[in-house]
Amino acid sequence: MFESLSDKLKSTLKNLRGEGKLTPEHVDVALREIRMALLEADVNYKVAKDFVESVRAKAEGQEVWQDLKPHEQVVKIVYDELVGLMGGTSSRLVFTKQIPNVVMIVGLQGSGKTTSTGKISRWLKDNQERKPLLVSVDVYRPAAREQLRVVGGAVGVAVYQDKETNDPMTLVRGAVLHAQEMGFDTLMVDTAGRLHIDDDLMVELEQIKAETRPVEVLFVADAMTGQDAVRSAEEFHRRVGITGVILTKMDGDARGGAALSIKQVIGQPVKFVGVGEKYDAIEPFYPDRIAQRILGMGDVLSLIEEVQGKISEDEAQKQLEKMTSNQFTLEDFRNQLGQFKKLGSMSKLMKMLPEQMTGGLQMSDEQSAEVEAQMKRTEAIIGSMTRAERNNHKIIDASRKTRIAKGSGSTIAEVNGLLRQYEQMKKMMAQMNRGGLFSKLAGKAMGGLGGGLSGLLGGGGMDGLGGMFGGGSGSNEEFDNNYDETRDSLAKRLKKKKRHKKRK
Amino acid sequence: MAFFWRRKKDEDKFSSSILGLDKSLEELKAQEEAVEREIGVRFTKAIEKTRDSINNKLDTIFEGRKQIDEAFLDELEEMLISTDIGVATTMQILEAIRKGVSRQEINDLGALKAAMRKELLEILHHSEQRGVADERKYDLDIKPYVLMVVGVNGVGKTTTIGKLAQRIKNEGHGVLICAADTFRAAASDQLEIWAERAGVPIIQQKQGTDPAAVLFDSLRAAKSRNADVLIVDTAGRLHNKSNLMAELEKMKRIAGREVPQAPHETLLVIDAVTGQNGLEQARQFMKTADVTGIVLTKLDGTAKGGIAVAIAKELNLPIRYVGIGEQVDDLMVFDPESYVNGLFN
Repeated sequence: MFESLSDKLKSTLKNLRGEGKLTPEHVDVALREIRMALLEADVNYKVAKDFVESVRAKAEGQEVWQDLKPHEQVVKIVYDELVGLMGGTSSRLVFTKQIPNVVMIVGLQGSGKTTSTGKISRWLKDNQERKPLLVSVDVYRPAAREQLRVVGGAVGVAVYQDKETNDPMTLVRGAVLHAQEMGFDTLMVDTAGRLHIDDDLMVELEQIKAETRPVEVLFVADAMTGQDAVRSAEEFHRRVGITGVILTKMDGDARGGAALSIKQVIGQPVKFVGVGEKYDAIEPFYPDRIAQRILGMGDVLSLIEEVQGKISEDEAQKQLEKMTSNQFTLEDFRNQLGQFKKLGSMSKLMKMLPEQMTGGLQMSDEQSAEVEAQMKRTEAIIGSMTRAERNNHKIIDASRKTRIAKGSGSTIAEVNGLLRQYEQMKKMMAQMNRGGLFSKLAGKAMGGLGGGLSGLLGGGGMDGLGGMFGGGSGSNEEFDNNYDETRDSLAKRLKKKKRHKKRK
Repeated sequence: MAFFWRRKKDEDKFSSSILGLDKSLEELKAQEEAVEREIGVRFTKAIEKTRDSINNKLDTIFEGRKQIDEAFLDELEEMLISTDIGVATTMQILEAIRKGVSRQEINDLGALKAAMRKELLEILHHSEQRGVADERKYDLDIKPYVLMVVGVNGVGKTTTIGKLAQRIKNEGHGVLICAADTFRAAASDQLEIWAERAGVPIIQQKQGTDPAAVLFDSLRAAKSRNADVLIVDTAGRLHNKSNLMAELEKMKRIAGREVPQAPHETLLVIDAVTGQNGLEQARQFMKTADVTGIVLTKLDGTAKGGIAVAIAKELNLPIRYVGIGEQVDDLMVFDPESYVNGLFN
């Protein structure tokens, strides 16, 4: 997301960097570029204008032009402004003692209301210990209620249905009663998609709101929306009072400027972002991280959290021990591949890493697909080995190789290639053991992952990427600092988690 | 223009005029013009909000100014940007206007509007050179005419297909629908309701089936039932998911194997609220699915759908249909003249 905006800002600021001192003219050029980049990212033209002006005012007020490293200050000002614009810190849904707490989901047609309803209900169940009930009051679009029923089934959340009626108000009242009787503490109302200029339907929304007195009214906005995002959000806000925004389809390559505009115009935070078609593909929104990402500072925190969520800590620890004691077997190698796959696509992963780690290298989706295909083949080859072979690769002779190649649908050359790659990895780990950059990196969270990644890439025939973790050469100071910060906050969070567990 | 779907309907037209001989050529022409006018009126009504805002804005911007200066052009730039036509298209239009101003050809609001209209029309007409701007491009003997509908999630593919099916059927063609969106929950049910309304048969299978398999069945069924048109619904997919895009490629291949030159048209549905990402969508879908034209939906809101103009300009893809409401008749054949006139009249 936002790649191009970040590219644009970076190249503009790089041009500035070439100058010993910044003159007001240079700033003008930079600001014009920033404005264009914002417009191309679908930031509303008024918002973009205000943004550029406030950056200019701040820059001038700070007397940035006398400073030694002016571009750094410009980056910081732009970054601070972006974070400010997007809403400070992240926010959770706030519930009261009322039974049930009603959450209304509203938005234009096709923005992703029903899918988001399903995702959020699951998120609330898993993360905020709520017991949600869903109801669809979309009596207009064919099969809309059926869709929510299927979604509810898929995420394991109850769905209230009443096939007798086609009246939204009757449905809502029935659902509230049902929730009270059956002890559901949260009722999520999936409303029909509507145009903000459709007065009848907007009145209907007002009625549902008056009837249910919702604690949250979430506005679902498509990340791909253009200049009109502001108008629809404004109108919905005026009619029903939005309390938060869900930004969907962020797994696309839209730059999502709409998020900035909506936030600016209605003053309500983005609470969630939808990042995929699966029902767990929803994340809380972290404005600071996205601002960092816009400026090419990577998203280390998100990545680490993701690794944390999907790879169990114990397992990572075990892997780390194995690696450091040089007992890393093919079996372990395969486990790593499995864990690695849980994280999603390579290109997504690469985007999350800061530039210092990837050396500015970007991976296209095709490259990513290639690496993933390679991983699959590797898994197949290891899968065709016996346990004895996996634990001691030295016993694999020519006849075993032929069998393995046949079993995995590969060639003997590929089996040889894999074994060579594995030996290289083993060697590399021994080296890292003696204290390379990676040993610092391989804190709790990263565990075996980093090693697997560098090995994979090194062996996957993609030179240059191979040195990703080991590389970074000369300028590691900055990186180490970054990393230490990350690790500190991570450690804090881990502690919190543990405390939480104890209380339970 | 009188007919929504023009393949093979010529015989009927002839027969009625030959048999009846009740109408002169002039009368027929007049009748056709009346229909055209009516469509123009409905269309204009639908994009009234867009037009109002553009016209009013131009008037307000121009008010109290004696001449077109840089400050005016700045405001004009903002207005153009707000329609989502993008930075590049905006710059092109502004450039043309700057030239006109310096040559003293543009010195009042009327001339300015005329110049903008001309630029827009040029872009839209130019785009018809590529893709399929007319269903009569293919040999009229081809059966079934395969029409595949693709796009990202939530743009209105299924609704568009419902309307397309009904309108084509109403003009006396045999239509078959293929429900190849086997991914989204209840997508097939939604399409089934549309098919029922239109009285058009539909080929569908369980959720999760390989869409290529559903397509294969549908192609076979269309041939054996001698259907004129086969409309294929596909699951919404983001254009940066290479595996899902590969699935489209496979479907295209299978269609081509079963029916020569199929799919004859591949329509990319774009939501009028879409911003600059629409260009990237069009680019990627063209690359893998050989998109031949654009359907612009939800134009009845306040969004101006300018991204379709940007796509027409950058990629030379013609806009084929526009959706301006929930009713079946609210899908219309796109006509550059009425679109541009609608904006400025």
